[in-house]
Amino acid sequence: MAVAAAHADVKARRPGINQLGLWLFFASESFLFSALATARFVIAGTDRPDELNQALGLAITSVLLLSSLTAYLAECAIARDDRPAFLRNLLATIMLGLLFVAGVVVEWSTAEFHLSEPYGSAFFSMTGVHASHVVSGMAMLALVYWLGLRGHFSAKGYWGVEATIKYWHFVDVVWVFFYPALYLVSW
Amino acid sequence: MTHTAEREAPASAWSALVPLARGVLWGLAGFGLGVALIAVLRAGAGRSAWSLELSITFGYALGIVGWLFGVGVWERWGREWFGLSTKEGPTGWQRYFAFTLDHKVIGIQYLATFLLLFLLAGLFAVLIRAQLLSPEGAVMGEGTYNQVMSLHGIIMVAVAVASIIGGFGNYFVPILIGAEDVAFPRVNALSFWLVPPVAVLLLTAQAVGGWDSGWTAYPPLSLQNASGQLFFSLAIITFGLSSILGGLNFLTTIIYMRAPGMTWGRLPIFVWSMFSAAILALLFTQFFAAAMLMLILDRIADTSFFKAAEGGEPILYQHIFWFYSHPAVYIFVLPGLGLTLEILAHFSRKPLFAYRWAVGGFLGIVGLSAIVWAHHMFVSGMDKRLIAPFLVTTEIISVPTGLIFLSALGTLWMGRLWIRTPMLFAMGVVFNFLIGGVTGIFLADAPTDVNLSDTYFVVAHFHYTIIGAEIFALMGGIYYWFPKMTGRMYDERLGQLHFWLMFLGFNLTFLPMFWLGLHGMNRRIATYTPDLQGVNIFVSVMGFILAASFLIFVFNLLRSLVWGAQAGADPWRARTLEWQVSSPPPVENFPAPPVVSGHPYDYGVPGAPAHGVVGMAGGSDEVSR
Repeated sequence: MAVAAAHADVKARRPGINQLGLWLFFASESFLFSALATARFVIAGTDRPDELNQALGLAITSVLLLSSLTAYLAECAIARDDRPAFLRNLLATIMLGLLFVAGVVVEWSTAEFHLSEPYGSAFFSMTGVHASHVVSGMAMLALVYWLGLRGHFSAKGYWGVEATIKYWHFVDVVWVFFYPALYLVSW
Repeated sequence: MTHTAEREAPASAWSALVPLARGVLWGLAGFGLGVALIAVLRAGAGRSAWSLELSITFGYALGIVGWLFGVGVWERWGREWFGLSTKEGPTGWQRYFAFTLDHKVIGIQYLATFLLLFLLAGLFAVLIRAQLLSPEGAVMGEGTYNQVMSLHGIIMVAVAVASIIGGFGNYFVPILIGAEDVAFPRVNALSFWLVPPVAVLLLTAQAVGGWDSGWTAYPPLSLQNASGQLFFSLAIITFGLSSILGGLNFLTTIIYMRAPGMTWGRLPIFVWSMFSAAILALLFTQFFAAAMLMLILDRIADTSFFKAAEGGEPILYQHIFWFYSHPAVYIFVLPGLGLTLEILAHFSRKPLFAYRWAVGGFLGIVGLSAIVWAHHMFVSGMDKRLIAPFLVTTEIISVPTGLIFLSALGTLWMGRLWIRTPMLFAMGVVFNFLIGGVTGIFLADAPTDVNLSDTYFVVAHFHYTIIGAEIFALMGGIYYWFPKMTGRMYDERLGQLHFWLMFLGFNLTFLPMFWLGLHGMNRRIATYTPDLQGVNIFVSVMGFILAASFLIFVFNLLRSLVWGAQAGADPWRARTLEWQVSSPPPVENFPAPPVVSGHPYDYGVPGAPAHGVVGMAGGSDEVSR
């Protein structure tokens, strides 16, 4: 039947449709992050307080970058149907994400500059909006982990895994821009 | 999407309210949870449990999640995330009150909601004009006036003028490209159900003192006024999310869901305009959301983005705001212009003039709209070095706009004009948009803008582009597609009466405003100098006529909905795909997959193949016109 053929056609296009939708979402989100980064340079210029905890900044950046590696390994594992490695790497990613968020919490509670200073406004809002994305990514990773435990996903179909992990990489890339904008830039 | 499984028929009409009631209930639960969370956190820090703006912000954030899940996200989508099977929605008329995936239902939901809000915001405009009957203000205090003016502005700008995108975009883009639905039907439904909270927020803002900073919400006023400003900001963020998801959906749909043979060069021009608007909505809306986020943080979290005394920068707000809000004007106007070209081609009975140049015009506007925003800020005190570049870019954007305009004129030229209500409105757009465009030059040129800024000249120019182009196109589109959406014909005489009353009322209301602006009448002020009263009375009376014309419109639509003559599949003898299927179209749009092999507007072209054929190629002579 002709209608059924049309359905099959849309079904065949589905992976491309999903990919495009996801990447358009990233394009949109990158405008939000660039608005925040722009605000940082407009209100605080390239100022950067000396009290900034550089060691902690470097540490949480490394943790987040490492988590992208484990996320990548998890995706590779499910692509070859290696469920134990998939779950292991997923769990490692979530743990590294937790570590990152814990680092941000420590940073927030020990920061020696205040929210009402221009740099403080930029710092707390940029790290806050970014961390909220990290937390939402962790929630999705946890859901993927739980579904993976129950036998969902396989080499034949793992779009849910792929989308979540791409999102995780995206949030990571945002930090690659935010970290130098907040910690390294000075004039 | 196929939904073969059906629920058993609902027991009574009340069952239609179940999803809505559940949405409200879950929303209230979410709100309570958010407020309680803040209460616990604040009590832990030894502060009072309730802090109006903080509690409402967090309550709202969780409340909206509850509302969405309750109204249908959970049953039709969320269950899937947890490996459960999703449930089917209601059928019949109840689907208009539920989380329904059919893009045609969503289009009607948008159109009905937005038209209601449009009429409401129109009533606020009537109040504004009533006030300005007298130089000292005739009906309300100055504070109330500012709030009414602000409400009118934001409901019109944020919500009502999105009618073409939300309503016609959803209903007709998939049909025009030969698809059976949008790329992401569930995201589409989600976009719509984000809208009711926006309306609730804007209309309940009065309960916490309203807000009086217009639709632009510039700090420092927007940091100092009543808590209604917070409602405004939350509403904008919510509506922004809805537009972003809508833009994402339209882009993906147009790129991936076109029927075989529907090449980019054969896309109906309305689809091209929607494509352009979707790019703008997808990307730039985030800046409005970011501006609102910073505003909220400045209000509730002690940051100082826009507080000059703490080292912040109030001008930053205007830059971020206009970086979105200028492209936003094009988000509204481009689909209006696309719809106008669409109607002009069908009713001139000849091919759309300079199709490729018009497409270039749309895409050129998309590109340039990102670099013109600061022309709104010539008198804001921004860096003077920015004035000349933005003057130049703003003048340049009239080139792609001119291409679209020339396409409209060339289509009318030597056409066999078939004067019906949609055509009258489309020609009205051509007339109005010329005045709107030409007066824009004086606002783009900094030397004249310095004198005209914040006067009624701006009000007149703005309304000429938005009402004159967008709302006229919306009305034209409603009359054009009413037979397709309802299966019934509107009353032609009442339609033309509506057009002439609206066209004359509109022009006689807003033309004198240019004069008022040149004579120094300030916009957004509840009073004016007594020597301008005569013209203001004239403007107000004409404004009331403009408002009254919509009574005819509403009467015509409601009456035709019930008693209108059967329209048939193709009352306009048009070539595009929506007219090749029944009115209203079947659930999956096409009884068989359409095949496209010709240009949509080849009227009167000897030997031109049909634009599209539904079903077996060459099977029916009905489509070979």
